[in-house]
Amino acid sequence: MSLPRTHGSGARRARHVLLSDGETATRRELVVRYLLLLVVILISIGPFLWQLATSLKSIGEDLYSMPPSFWPEEFTLSAYSQVTEVIPVWSYVGNSVFVAVCNVSLSLIGCALAGYALARLEFRGKLLGIGVFVATLLIPQESSMIALTQLVNGMGLGNTLVAVFLPTMMSAISVLLMWNAFLALPKEVDEAAIVDGANTWQRFLRLGLPSVKGTLAVVALLAFMGSWNDFLWPLLILSDPDKYTLTVGLNYLQGTFADNPRVVAAGTIIAVAPLVVLFLALQRVFFRGVAEGGVKE
Amino acid sequence: MSTTALSAQETPRTSSAPARRTKPVRVRTHAPLTPWLLMAPALLSAIVFVLFPFLNTVVLSFTDARPLVGGSFNGLQNYRDLLADPMFWIALRNCLIYVVGAVPPLVILPLLLAMLVRKSVPGIGAIRTAIYTPVIASVVVTGLIWTWILDSRGLVNSMAQWLGVISAPIPFLTDEFLLLFSSILVTVWQGLGYYMVVYLAVLANVPRSLHEAAMMDGAGPVRRFFTVTLPAMRSTMLLIGVISSLAAFRVFSEIFVLSGGTGGPGGRSSSLVMLIREAGTGLSGRLGYSSAVSIVLFLLTLALMVVNLRLTYRKES
Repeated sequence: MSLPRTHGSGARRARHVLLSDGETATRRELVVRYLLLLVVILISIGPFLWQLATSLKSIGEDLYSMPPSFWPEEFTLSAYSQVTEVIPVWSYVGNSVFVAVCNVSLSLIGCALAGYALARLEFRGKLLGIGVFVATLLIPQESSMIALTQLVNGMGLGNTLVAVFLPTMMSAISVLLMWNAFLALPKEVDEAAIVDGANTWQRFLRLGLPSVKGTLAVVALLAFMGSWNDFLWPLLILSDPDKYTLTVGLNYLQGTFADNPRVVAAGTIIAVAPLVVLFLALQRVFFRGVAEGGVKE
Repeated sequence: MSTTALSAQETPRTSSAPARRTKPVRVRTHAPLTPWLLMAPALLSAIVFVLFPFLNTVVLSFTDARPLVGGSFNGLQNYRDLLADPMFWIALRNCLIYVVGAVPPLVILPLLLAMLVRKSVPGIGAIRTAIYTPVIASVVVTGLIWTWILDSRGLVNSMAQWLGVISAPIPFLTDEFLLLFSSILVTVWQGLGYYMVVYLAVLANVPRSLHEAAMMDGAGPVRRFFTVTLPAMRSTMLLIGVISSLAAFRVFSEIFVLSGGTGGPGGRSSSLVMLIREAGTGLSGRLGYSSAVSIVLFLLTLALMVVNLRLTYRKES
């Protein structure tokens, strides 16, 4: 790592490797880098692999052997069939998907409409609207959740899936993201459309939305991950085990099956596998979106 | 209000002629109610599900309300109870431990990680993806994974016992403080990839010429890190510090899952949010008391944001 990087003589250049971004690195630097990266990768995905290996071990295999062994002696899916018999894992997956889809669609519609109004329309009381959104940013969700539970129960929505997504769909951050994205569209485009007789709705659909696709993707991803991974709110609002979402169901599984780590492991793998596949498929879009819209300085 | 000025293109004139502007044409761009219709879904949701419950929490914190029973005002009694409740102080202490334990690693480690994965060495895309994987899993999943690893008969303990490092298993999940430590470990492990991506995005904006200039002056990698990278990252580090401390004050799932829902031995590893849930749920829930703890949590996070704003503006001026 500490070799001086000179670019002068041809003899030295031979020991440098040209990277795709135009930078160079010495062989030794690369070796050290890859070794460190290997350690980091082991730390990041090692726990998942350990869980996967545990879920594939048969009931007869000693999980507590010394030293611990990673490879299952014989691979078996019995823990997976067992977990689906004991708790309705697939209906938990279905509940989580339903909640996430509703959350994402409502969040996209609500945040895009509000962001468009804030960015492209002039109206009295706009500051008041912005004030409401900023105020919600200051309130941690956890500090109003008990009163929210009372409210939702009072509306007759207690112990329903609607109660899981309805109060959490709106995110002020997403409204502000959409506002920021719509601002980037030049004003002249709107003016030309107005002259051509386009109304607000047409301008929103035909000019606004197509120009903010990247931010829409970020908002959708934020909503999906927030909803899919949410634990505290569904735990508070759902009392009927049939209605559990996946996170609450897994917690329930751990409570009833603490003595058989294989079954719990199989449940967690079922919970995380679809997300990993989705993420691998979308990772290009995702990292680009994060770099573009999510964390603009 | 609902009009915009459309000015026609000015024709070029000689400098001697008076610059006469074409009169702007006022055009109606939208009906007066349109903006409010567009804002309605988000605005109503914010008011009904965030602002109203919060105001209700403030009111409830001055009452002795219970579920299904209205309750009556009892002044500051809940806050007096709270100050006299050892569980409140334990929960507050645990949140502070969480902030002190989780925030520094979450500010520093992802930066080092970002420096490590910044160069486009072959295969770096797959490597970044692998490091990001823990971020996409829910805390319940990662909590259960680490519960199995840190169990008294789990991977860490049996490995250490086999190597002869320890003779008896370390009670990672059953000791008051070790449970907090284990939860912090899960939080940090899961946050690494997330903050790494944030740092990567900012690092990409540090001009390469700065690094090259420092190299010309003979600065080695370590020196360049302290003189070029760190100063450029300072505001991002501050931002991440604030975001992660806000999250640390609100910790719930990690401690809940690792302790199997109990909050540790005698609930002594509980966080403030766990206390809010504990006190405010069930048919005999003490809504007033729980609301008072909620208000304390709100004030703590608010104070943190104010401190952050102060720091940001002082550094900029």
